[in-house]
Amino acid sequence: MRLEVIARPSVWRMIGFPATALVLTVVFGSALALLAGANPFQTLGLILRGAAGSQFALLETLNRATPLIFTGLAVAVAFRAKLWNIGAEAQLYAGALMAVLLGTGALGWPSGLLLPAMAGAAMLAGALVLLGPAILKTRLGVDEVVTTLLFNFIMLLFISMLLEGPLKDPMGMGWPQSSRLVPEARLPRIVDGLRLHWGFGLALIAAVLVWVIQSRTTLGYEMRAVGQNKQAAEFAGIPVGRVILKTALLSGGLAALAGFSEVAGLRGNLTLDLSPGFGYTGIIVAMLALLNPIGVVISAIFVAGVFVGADSMSRAAGVPTYIANIMLATALLTMVLAIALTRFRVRWD
Amino acid sequence: MTADSTAQGPVLRLDGITKRFGALVANDAVSVSLWPGEVIALLGENGAGKTTLMNILFGHYTADGGSVEVFGQTLPQGNPRAALAAGVGMVHQHFTLADNLSVLENVVLGTQPLWGARLDMAGARAKLVGLAQEFGLAVNPDARLGSLSVGERQRVEILKALYRDARILILDEPTAVLTPQQADALFAALRKMVAQGLSIIFISHKLHEVMAIASRVVVLRHGKLVGEVAVKDTDPRALAEMMVGSAITPPELRAAKPGPALLELRGVMTPDRGTVRGLRGVDLALRAGTITGLAGVSGNGQAALADLIAGLERPSGGEMQVAGVAPANWSVAQALGAGIARIPEDRHKTGTIADFTLTENAILERYNKAPFARRGWLDWRAARDFAQSVIRAYDVRCPGPDTRIRLLSGGNMQKLILGRVMEVGPQIILANQAVRGLDIGAITFVQNQLLAARDRGAAVLLISEDLDEILTLSDQIHVMSEGRLSPAFARGTMNAADLGRWMAGEGFERGSHAA
Repeated sequence: MRLEVIARPSVWRMIGFPATALVLTVVFGSALALLAGANPFQTLGLILRGAAGSQFALLETLNRATPLIFTGLAVAVAFRAKLWNIGAEAQLYAGALMAVLLGTGALGWPSGLLLPAMAGAAMLAGALVLLGPAILKTRLGVDEVVTTLLFNFIMLLFISMLLEGPLKDPMGMGWPQSSRLVPEARLPRIVDGLRLHWGFGLALIAAVLVWVIQSRTTLGYEMRAVGQNKQAAEFAGIPVGRVILKTALLSGGLAALAGFSEVAGLRGNLTLDLSPGFGYTGIIVAMLALLNPIGVVISAIFVAGVFVGADSMSRAAGVPTYIANIMLATALLTMVLAIALTRFRVRWD
Repeated sequence: MTADSTAQGPVLRLDGITKRFGALVANDAVSVSLWPGEVIALLGENGAGKTTLMNILFGHYTADGGSVEVFGQTLPQGNPRAALAAGVGMVHQHFTLADNLSVLENVVLGTQPLWGARLDMAGARAKLVGLAQEFGLAVNPDARLGSLSVGERQRVEILKALYRDARILILDEPTAVLTPQQADALFAALRKMVAQGLSIIFISHKLHEVMAIASRVVVLRHGKLVGEVAVKDTDPRALAEMMVGSAITPPELRAAKPGPALLELRGVMTPDRGTVRGLRGVDLALRAGTITGLAGVSGNGQAALADLIAGLERPSGGEMQVAGVAPANWSVAQALGAGIARIPEDRHKTGTIADFTLTENAILERYNKAPFARRGWLDWRAARDFAQSVIRAYDVRCPGPDTRIRLLSGGNMQKLILGRVMEVGPQIILANQAVRGLDIGAITFVQNQLLAARDRGAAVLLISEDLDEILTLSDQIHVMSEGRLSPAFARGTMNAADLGRWMAGEGFERGSHAA
C-alpha cells in the first residue's frame, strides 16, 4: 500500500471527503445513542437544539467556545512552527492565576487599567511557562512534547497548593477556591442582560491578529519557514532557535488568555475545575482547523457546540455526556483521514 | 527449466512496458531484452524513465501495460519478493543497508526466517567469503557497516544481491560515489560476474563508463526507447545526441581574466559534525574572474567547505578573509552581506521550502530586507514582482509565482534558486553540485550563467562529483580528500586519471596540517 500525492485535488475530493467524515461522525454518534437505549434521531436533535436551538443555547456555545479559541490559537501558532505545545492547560492556569493575583483587590485600579494589566500579566506568565520547555528544546534538544505535557500536572498541583494555602478564600467555607474578583476586574458582557462576555470579542480579535502575524509579518514568515523546513530556514539565515522562542512566547501568551477570560469573564474566581481540559481540546480545535487561525474560531464553536449540546441532551434523554467526547474523537480521526485523502491517493499494490 | 533453455533465450524480457503517472507517461511501450553474460547500459537523462522501468522490473511499481519475463517465466506485477526469487538483484543508488549491523548481518538480513530459533551464520559466512573471493569484492564480514567507506558499502550491496543468488544484477548509477580508479575496480568485478554467466543492467548517464563496460546501449528519452546500439558501433557524441535528441553545443569559453582574491583561506580547520567531515588545514584563494573547481569523492570535506563559505560554519583554526578582511562572527547574514551567492547541494532540503510558493521561496534569503520588508511587515507585492522577474529572466517553467515550489521539476527549482542568488550581482558564487540531476538543457543554462558571472568578474567555486564538468569549466582545480585540499592545478594540466589519484588520497603530504 502506498500514498500518491495528488498535485491538484478536485473540488469533489476537497468537499466530499470532509463531508463524509462529518456523516461518519453522526452515524457513529447515533449508533452509540442507540446502544445507550435512546432514539438516535431524537438524541441528535436534542444535541443540535441544545447547542444552537435558542438564543440562550447559542450564547452558551459561544461562551464555551471562547477558551477553546484561545487554546486552539495557541496550539495552531506553535504547531505551525513544529513546536509541539501540549501544555496549553498549564499556560491557561498560569493566566488564570495572574488574573486572580491582580484582580482580587491587590490593585485598586479602574476597569480600564486593571483589565489590560491582568491580561498582560496573564500573557506574560503563560509565555514564561512555555519558554522553559522551549529553551530546553533549542539548547539541549529536550523533547517538548514530554516537558510541556508534564508541566500541566506540575501547574495543576501548584495551583492546588496555592488554593489550599495562601490563596484560599477565607469566606469559602473551606473549599479550595480563591477569593472572588473585585467588580472592576470582571470582563463586562457584550450585550447587557445576555451571558456572553467580552472574552469572546477578545478571542475574535486575537484570531484576526494571529492571522495577520502569520501572513503579513516577517515573524510569521519565519515561523512558517521554520515549521516547514528547518534546514532550509537555517541555510537562509533565519535564526531558528530565536524564532522557536518567539513562537513559544506567543503561544503561551494566547493559552494564558483563556485562563484570564474564564476567570474574569465567567467564573469570577479560581478553582481547580476551571478548565475541563480546554488545553487538550485546543489541540483538537487546531487540528480540525488545519492550524488556520480563522478556522480555529469556526472549529472551536463546532467543538463547543457538541459539548454544550451533549450536556443538554444528556439531561433530557439520559444518554451519558461522554458521547460528546467520543463524537469529537471520531470527528477528529475521520477528519484527519479525510484531509489526508484529499491530498493523497491510496494505491493498493 | 534447463540450462539449455537459458542459454538460448534472453534471461530477461521487458515487453511493451507502459507506466503513467497522471498525465505524465514515464514509460511508453518500452521493450528490452537481456541475454546471458551480457552487460547492457540503460542510458538517459534524469526523468527519461530509467528508474521507473527498473522499479517496474523489480516490482516496486505496477506497469499500466506490458509484461516482465525472467528466464521465460512471467513475473507477477508489483511483487519485489517474486523478482528476488526469480534471481533479479538490484543495487540502489542510495544504499539500503543498516549502519549498526556487521557486513555479514547486513547480507543475511531478510534471507533467514524471522522466527527461526537460530541463524546459520557459519554457512552464511562461508558463502559470503566465497563470493567475495570469486569476484574480487574484498570485505571484512565482521566490520560494522557504519565504519565502511562508500566504496566498501557498495561492495556489500552487490554481495547482498549475489548472496541471494541473483543471476540478473541491476546497478543504478553505481559510479556516482566512486573515484575513477574505484570505478575501474568495480568494472573488473562486473566483468568477472559476466564471465560467470550473470547478466547486468547498468544505469548511467556517464558516457565514457557506458562505453567502457557495456556491450549494448539502450537509450531512453521522455519515456520512449529511442535507440539500441552495440557499443562497438557508436561513440560518446552519438550517444549523447541520442540521449538529448539534438546536437549538443559545449559551453563557449573565453580566456579568464584573473583578478584579486575575493575569498582566501589559510590553514583553515573546521570541526567534524556528525557525518560531515571537517577541514584539516585548507589553503584556498578564490580569485575574481575565475572558476575554481573542487573535485573529490563526496564526504571528504566538501560539505564543510561549502558550509564555511555559506556562513553556516566558522573556522576553528587558521584564517579566513573575505574581500581582504577577516570577518568576526562569521554567519549566514554576513555571508549574504558580503555578496556571496549560495547554491546549496540539496535544492529540495536546503535550497527551497517545498510547501512555500515560488514567491515565498524567491525572497527566502532577503525576506527581512527592503524592498520585501519594512519594520517587520512584508510587502507581498514587491516579493511577487521579484519572483515574476526571476521567473521571466531565468526561464522558470511554472504556472505562476503563487504555485507551491514542490510542483516544479528539479531543473526549474534550480533556476529559481539561481535567479534568487544571481539577481543581486554577487561577487562570490558557491555552486555546490549545481547541475546534479538536471537535464542537459538546464545544465547548459546553469553552466552558462556561471561562466557569464565569471566573465563579469565574479569568483566562482564549483563543487562537483562530475569530473568532466570540473575539467571543462574550471580555470584551476583543487581536489579534496579526508578534509585536506590539494594545491591548485591550472587548466589543462590534469586529466581525470590524475584527479582520481588525488581523490584517492595520493599526493597529499601526510600530516602537514595535522591538528
